[in-house]
Amino acid sequence: MSCKTLYDKLWESHIVRQEADGTCLIYIDRHLVHEVTSPQAFEGLKLAGRQLWRKSSIVSTADHNTPTNEWDKGIQDPISRTQVETLDANIKEFGALAYFPFKDIKQGIVHVVGPENGATLPGMTVVCGDSHTSTHGAFAALAHGIGTSEVEHVMATQTLVAKKSKAMLVRVDGELGFGVTAKDVALAIIGKIGTAGGTGYAIEFGGSAIRSLSIEGRMTLCNMAIEGGARAGMVAFDEKTAEYLKGREFAPKGELWDKAVAYWNTLVSDEGAQFDAVVELKAEDIAPQVTWGTSPEQVLPVTAVVPDPAEQADPVKQGSYARALQYMGLQANTPITSIPVDKVFIGSCTNSRIEDLRAAAGVVKGKKKADSVKQVLIVPGSGLVKRQAEEEGLDKIFIEAGFEWREPGCSMCLAMNADRLEPGERCASTSNRNFEGRQGQGGRTHLVSPEMAAAAAIAGHFVDIRTFA
Amino acid sequence: MKAFTQLDGLVCAMDRANVDTDAIIPKQFLKSIKRSGFGPNLFDEWRYLDHGEPGMDNSQRPLNPDFELNLPRYQGAQILLARDNFGCGSSREHAPWAIEDFGFRALIAPSFADIFFNNCFKNGLLPIVQPADVVDQLFREAAACEGYRLNIDLASQTITTPSGQVFSFEITEHRKACLLNGWDEIGLTLRHADEIRAFEEKRKLEQPWLFA
Repeated sequence: MSCKTLYDKLWESHIVRQEADGTCLIYIDRHLVHEVTSPQAFEGLKLAGRQLWRKSSIVSTADHNTPTNEWDKGIQDPISRTQVETLDANIKEFGALAYFPFKDIKQGIVHVVGPENGATLPGMTVVCGDSHTSTHGAFAALAHGIGTSEVEHVMATQTLVAKKSKAMLVRVDGELGFGVTAKDVALAIIGKIGTAGGTGYAIEFGGSAIRSLSIEGRMTLCNMAIEGGARAGMVAFDEKTAEYLKGREFAPKGELWDKAVAYWNTLVSDEGAQFDAVVELKAEDIAPQVTWGTSPEQVLPVTAVVPDPAEQADPVKQGSYARALQYMGLQANTPITSIPVDKVFIGSCTNSRIEDLRAAAGVVKGKKKADSVKQVLIVPGSGLVKRQAEEEGLDKIFIEAGFEWREPGCSMCLAMNADRLEPGERCASTSNRNFEGRQGQGGRTHLVSPEMAAAAAIAGHFVDIRTFA
Repeated sequence: MKAFTQLDGLVCAMDRANVDTDAIIPKQFLKSIKRSGFGPNLFDEWRYLDHGEPGMDNSQRPLNPDFELNLPRYQGAQILLARDNFGCGSSREHAPWAIEDFGFRALIAPSFADIFFNNCFKNGLLPIVQPADVVDQLFREAAACEGYRLNIDLASQTITTPSGQVFSFEITEHRKACLLNGWDEIGLTLRHADEIRAFEEKRKLEQPWLFA
């Protein structure tokens, strides 16, 4: 028997049919649906008189447009409200395995909600009209974002038309140092391979440092595979995966659980399996990371200085560095730790789970927000995360520090709701994209871990969490 | 879907790498529940000097005179020439919708982000990958010659420059057939409904927990 990668196994077990040119029909097990990328797909079904192929594959929630405060007032932006109400109506008409609407205790960011309810399982294909669907690869699933036409295609046929990607192994061996998180690993990898480094690949993250990560840490890592250009990121199944899933609502129970685990144990790359590309990092070399530019690959250790465009050999890079510095309002050779922040955002499908909030609270406890920091938003990933955090008293730690404790949603990761940066404002953010305008037109985003964001809120500027007391 | 067969079009050269889908169509326009009408907000934050919101009369807004799409020489362009990793970031299909709605039918770059690349084909847009040196040459020629046009022929998978130089490009047979014929992919897939059902039944037996 030939040696297979985890990706080979996931891909091959979902092929319904294959054309001569390698184009395949791939069966989809789980379809996550949110309000922004689904209305046109539902409309397409209606226009063609089609039904959902399998409504029990669908798990849905409203997250991008929902406000994170004053829930008693509903959704005030009428266009956002229409989009959320359109999802309500579509789910009512077409059906779903589960729907967590606005204000439901289980509502939240779709990539937080799926796993915490056991709706994402090992061996599944998981798709969603959202690029951060790669998050679910943390469960040894093949998970990636799709466009709205494909959302409609999956709704109508339970399949996707696709060709197999190449396989890349990103191996991180060793032990992560104090204060270095899954987010820093993700940013360090993107810094190394670039935002197009994973284009055309499915990435498997392996090595001892990855195995040591919690499931939530693995989700953070897989979440940002797309920022490295790879539609799908994944981590092999192990005991931690099983432990995380056991007892969750949509996870199998009893005999089925045992049968499932027996199968899931095969969801690892075989010894000797060949990858098309291998990238290696040493855990000990990774420091807390901070992005300085307008692309996630424009990232450096917190101890570094802002780079000088003139020192770049490639003229295209020289131009994009200069443009990034201008947009970010930064001077070359400025120490990153001297950059002040106006706002701090802790949330998003990258870093809004309970471990993220615990980590941030651990830094903040007993301290106060710097006076120069205008606003610190703590936005839990779901209603369940929020409840858990409140049971642990984390909300009080944040509120006492002068932070705002909000309702769940995507919030200022992409600023579709009212949470946003004003032009020129600088933000330490635990989200995933530092593109121009991402958090509000003219806003300046620096991507960091929850611990680093929390410390920046206290200090008023970036600090090295390893020496922050 | 609109079929794509052959195009003789004006080229708009956009000399920037890593153009992301947030730049192509900013988030505030994603609140629409329609599939059309995104063209006036294509590259909104770069194209206009003010802040754009849905419902504005875009014809009254101040244009950024330096932005490529606003240059007189590129008016009526149907081919967008770009740099590496075009369309990175968010999976929003509103990006190709906006590009198509604006009037582009083809894009040429050294590389595209995977999801964006895939989304283009669902909307009658042809994204073409060319080696970096070819793209460099096209940028030089487009800069040197106002009204620079390219001829793209999908059947023969070729790009022809005004001087008659021909470059070939790759495309899968499946995508080519869909574009040439303007086929509805869902209709095509449903011809295999029996196979999908058979696969699903087998899967239910092997992994029943997926169907609980």
